[in-house]
Amino acid sequence: MGFFSKLKDSLKGSFGGEKLSDSLTKTRKGFIDKVFDVFTGRIIDEELFEELEEVLIQGDVGVNTAVDLVEKLRERVKVEKLKEAEQLRKVLVEEIIKIMGDEIPNLDLAKGELNIILVVGVNGVGKTTSIGKLAYKLKAEGKRVILGAGDTFRAGAIDQLQVWGQRAGVDVISHKEGADPAAVVYDAIQAAIARKADILIIDTAGRLHNKINLMEELKKIKRIIDKESVGTLKEVLLALDATTGQNALSQAKIFGQAAGVTGVILTKLDGTAKGGVVIGIKAEYNLSVKLIGVGEKIEDLQEFKPQDFVAALFTEAEDENNEG
Amino acid sequence: MAFESLGEKLQGIFKKLKGQGKISDKDLKAALREVRVALLEADVNYKVVKDFVNTINERALGQDVLESLTPGQQVIKIVNDELTQLMGGAQSKLEISPKPPTVIMMIGLQGSGKTTSTGKLGRFLKKQGRSPLLVACDIYRPAAIKQLQVLGEQLEIPVFSMGDKTSPVDIAKAALNHATYHGNDLVLLDTAGRLHIDEALMAELSAIKNEVKPTEILLVVDAMTGQDAVNVAEKFNELLNLTGVVLTKLDGDTRGGAALSVKAVTGKPIKFVGMGEKLDALEPFHPERMASRILGMGDVLTLIEKAQENFDSKQAQELQQKLLKAEFTLEDFLTQMQQMKNMGPLDQVMDMIPGMNKAKLKGLEFDEKEFVRFQAVIQSMTKDERRNPHKINGSRRKRIALGSGTKVQDVNRLLKQFEQAQKMMKQLSGMASGKGKKGKLKLPFM
Repeated sequence: MGFFSKLKDSLKGSFGGEKLSDSLTKTRKGFIDKVFDVFTGRIIDEELFEELEEVLIQGDVGVNTAVDLVEKLRERVKVEKLKEAEQLRKVLVEEIIKIMGDEIPNLDLAKGELNIILVVGVNGVGKTTSIGKLAYKLKAEGKRVILGAGDTFRAGAIDQLQVWGQRAGVDVISHKEGADPAAVVYDAIQAAIARKADILIIDTAGRLHNKINLMEELKKIKRIIDKESVGTLKEVLLALDATTGQNALSQAKIFGQAAGVTGVILTKLDGTAKGGVVIGIKAEYNLSVKLIGVGEKIEDLQEFKPQDFVAALFTEAEDENNEG
Repeated sequence: MAFESLGEKLQGIFKKLKGQGKISDKDLKAALREVRVALLEADVNYKVVKDFVNTINERALGQDVLESLTPGQQVIKIVNDELTQLMGGAQSKLEISPKPPTVIMMIGLQGSGKTTSTGKLGRFLKKQGRSPLLVACDIYRPAAIKQLQVLGEQLEIPVFSMGDKTSPVDIAKAALNHATYHGNDLVLLDTAGRLHIDEALMAELSAIKNEVKPTEILLVVDAMTGQDAVNVAEKFNELLNLTGVVLTKLDGDTRGGAALSVKAVTGKPIKFVGMGEKLDALEPFHPERMASRILGMGDVLTLIEKAQENFDSKQAQELQQKLLKAEFTLEDFLTQMQQMKNMGPLDQVMDMIPGMNKAKLKGLEFDEKEFVRFQAVIQSMTKDERRNPHKINGSRRKRIALGSGTKVQDVNRLLKQFEQAQKMMKQLSGMASGKGKKGKLKLPFM
């Protein structure tokens, strides 16, 4: 019984906590095993630093961030006169926590007024699915939720959102496929106001961030929200696929510029992807992950706890090792 | 454009080498270190990068490259060779079963673009005179069947579905019978996205495979995938023995390292790449062309093929004649712009032209709206003006702007661009008539 089991207990208290630790176990696999391999029974030498850098890169942390991290480790080894690789692991965890921060980033929602959440991202990252899950989560918290089917481009996207709407038990405002998304957004806002909704979540079509005209369309959608409902656009969430590599940085940057992204939904964390890119995004664009998708079921969306995430990433192997 | 940054980085590295008459062991090492970082930043799997850099190092040292007269060029050639090798050597075509129907199974993670790629591939094969049947085997994702049906409608390709209550294995089996009965010689199975570690769903794929014995099993991979691409591809390959890969979303700004990794790790070729949201945006993958695209040597072959597909050959020949005689007019400019538009997004076309300097192009926005404006301007000119643009003076410009609903500045800009195009034409026609194995370069560029 160590730190990890306590951690697990604390996770159980959160929404679907069991699942988070399950998914983190998967996320840890590979990544933590390798970090572990690098550290075990070794002295600190140049080779170790190089391997560590490789492991971080392999976890999609990114070359820049990985090099920075390792550079910091080098300094601290010098200053603190560290000798054993085991000590280095703690230092690495500390440095990553420093970047990630240790507060839990929550959705910024106000009571007694309409909160609009706009969900953006490239194609296939899981925007519509995440919206379905988020609607379910918020409704379970007693909120009145309406969805706006702003993806009028992809075949079947509107139907997909409607199915999620039914599952979550919330209304979906939609037009026909091919309609102007800005018009859908306008109608959805009017409906949300008329029906006294607490939260309106707007789906948008997946778009590659380097398509200028599509990004312009997104700006237009945002302008309409700003115009129609002063001060109620609370969150612009960038849905990010955890399997994405360094391109995620480019997505965070350009979507950030075009839509004023306020946070990230990290999806598909139930796979083997390591999610290391999150560290890079926080470091370079100060964007926090606010929600994580950890499975296909409607309840598989959770808050992201940086502290727990990093701790769980690095401490389990240590813990189990101590126990075993 | 995908690979842009990787290409730029490598070009930068090689530029340094190129300029040197002599390359020391140290220079080579430094360059290779940069190559390593560039590849890693491009999401190429780190093991693949290691092997790649080692191979180049060995070859460069082994062939007395460093002592040769043009060591920089030699190294670039080696990198180009190895890059091509890494991406699969020669082009790998789709296998067609001698006994129809040929079954093609599309598999992959969620959101990689299977359904869209299935539609695009259907269109590609239909264009080759085949009679494909799209089969909706994704019974899990809400509205996945609807998505395929809408695509089928748009493409006028039949879609076979049995709703979301029948097992995908039974659907696939029934689809095969349906195809045989209805004379479809190709069956494209769109399967549900799944995690490679989801044993139940992976077993379902095996069951479909055993039932319908597909000729092709194509793994659809998102070009933006990071280091995990290798794990995913390995797992799918292990279980199903893939026949190839479809790489999607390559029209983003991803450096596309997944493309390099997947082939290297599975040994399975990339057969198609998805280059855009439109349904015709699927291309057969040519490793050697992509390699030279990455290295900034351009991809003239693809450009020519695209041009042949979209350009009226008679028109092109006429244009070429005019080019050679330097009689290029605004009328030709208009036709040419229209044809260019048919070839696809301009920045993609530009990427294929050798010597197109990325940095130089950066200031140029290729605005498709500008095309429409130019078209209006040219159409507001008299025939005489179109043929003799030098006649267009101030008052004519005002009239043209008024007539086309544009501003005089727009007219000026068009005339300026036309002038530049004329200049470029002259240069190119000089190049084209100078040499060329297959006759002349039949390419009017902007």
